[in-house]
Amino acid sequence: MNKVVANAEEAIKDIKDGSTLMLGGFGLCGIPENCIGALVNKEVKNLTCISNNAGVDDFGIGLMLQKRMVKKMISSYVGENAEFERQLLSGELEVELIPQGTLATRCLAAGYGMPAIFTPAGVGTEVAQGKETRVFNGKEYLMEYAFDADFAIVKAWKGDTAGNLIFRMTARNFNPMMAMAGKITIAEVEELVPEGELDPDQIHTPGIYVHRIFQGNNYEKRIEQRTVRKKADA
Amino acid sequence: MLDKNGIAKRIAQELRDGYYVNLGIGIPTLVANYIPEGMNVVLQSENGLLGIGPFPFEGEEDPDLINAGKQTITTMPGSVFFDSAMSFGMIRAGKVHLTILGAMEVSERGDIANWKIPGKMVKGMGGAMDLVASAKNIIVAMQHVNKAGESKLLPECSLPLTGVGCVKKIVTELAVLDVVPGKGFVLLERAPGISVDEIKNATAGKLVIEGDIPEMQLN
Repeated sequence: MNKVVANAEEAIKDIKDGSTLMLGGFGLCGIPENCIGALVNKEVKNLTCISNNAGVDDFGIGLMLQKRMVKKMISSYVGENAEFERQLLSGELEVELIPQGTLATRCLAAGYGMPAIFTPAGVGTEVAQGKETRVFNGKEYLMEYAFDADFAIVKAWKGDTAGNLIFRMTARNFNPMMAMAGKITIAEVEELVPEGELDPDQIHTPGIYVHRIFQGNNYEKRIEQRTVRKKADA
Repeated sequence: MLDKNGIAKRIAQELRDGYYVNLGIGIPTLVANYIPEGMNVVLQSENGLLGIGPFPFEGEEDPDLINAGKQTITTMPGSVFFDSAMSFGMIRAGKVHLTILGAMEVSERGDIANWKIPGKMVKGMGGAMDLVASAKNIIVAMQHVNKAGESKLLPECSLPLTGVGCVKKIVTELAVLDVVPGKGFVLLERAPGISVDEIKNATAGKLVIEGDIPEMQLN
């Protein structure tokens, strides 16, 4: 099985105006930098983006917001982006804020072939408005639907030509379940190896979920909150 | 009156050996600095880590290793990484013993509001709604009054809710209070140098005072 494409441009070539995209990452950690760059160059419009966060003003999904490529964001936390807030308050951008666990589990449901989930998150809040509820064992739960995304774009640490993926530390976050959830899943990896070189016991995402894979380059891996201690403090 | 570190220090007294704990952003993060010597407590970071270690030494920070506040961190012996679905799976399944988070308002029924100020602030709830809907024990760390001098302990929350009837305990710069449904804010302890009347004046919701209220013991 060979799922390798040459680069980000080729991987995203059929992403069109109006597509629904899932983008992996938590904050700027584990985001598909190369594909975001290619999307920004292509300037596709009216996108619906499902991503936990919306980047910062000049990096990540923030770059797509600057070019007004995004019609709607579905996220759990968008606090780090002034341009985002401006577009939201001016009505240019539609935003659906949902609990982080609900976001993750709606991806998971899509990848597991389940149409919906029940979660207690948001019961009794405005998140519950218009949603079906059920009581199980005396506790109320909201029904939340599996996501339906045209493309899932994820970033892994290592991958092989068959699309098997291994993530690194907390850069894993939303990437594995988004990889499972896209109709077309695109994976960019820091290191691409031939099929057979990854230990099957160590693979996080089986290649069956991945349609296109390429080795990215020039990863910036920007840190949002650099917090350190001095050696003398230890 | 306690400062932020004092609040964190008092909350640390609620930790127990063997607890898995989720700490929110702000004052709750400081609780990690006061885990009693010899006590085994594992900190969960909802972006996918059990076993949060201290901040890295200068030059050793790794962009792939952050906490839920997006700060660079380190791991501990026995740490484990996982994805976001499993992270909220263990939260929803009640495996995390204690959640400590900040709040803008808490009601005398234990409702909490901490994610949105309509027309003003639209940052989002992050993982807070999942945490408060599922955690067995929720402690709120916050200031007793807001910047305008208004009480944050109310009969009813005025801001959009994060969760309903979930807060068990509140630690502020003035007091420790239990939230008991049907009763209200039950005053347990006063901060050093703070009188019961000062706490009364700063509490808009129903305050229950039973017997002598001791001063907090902070060592």
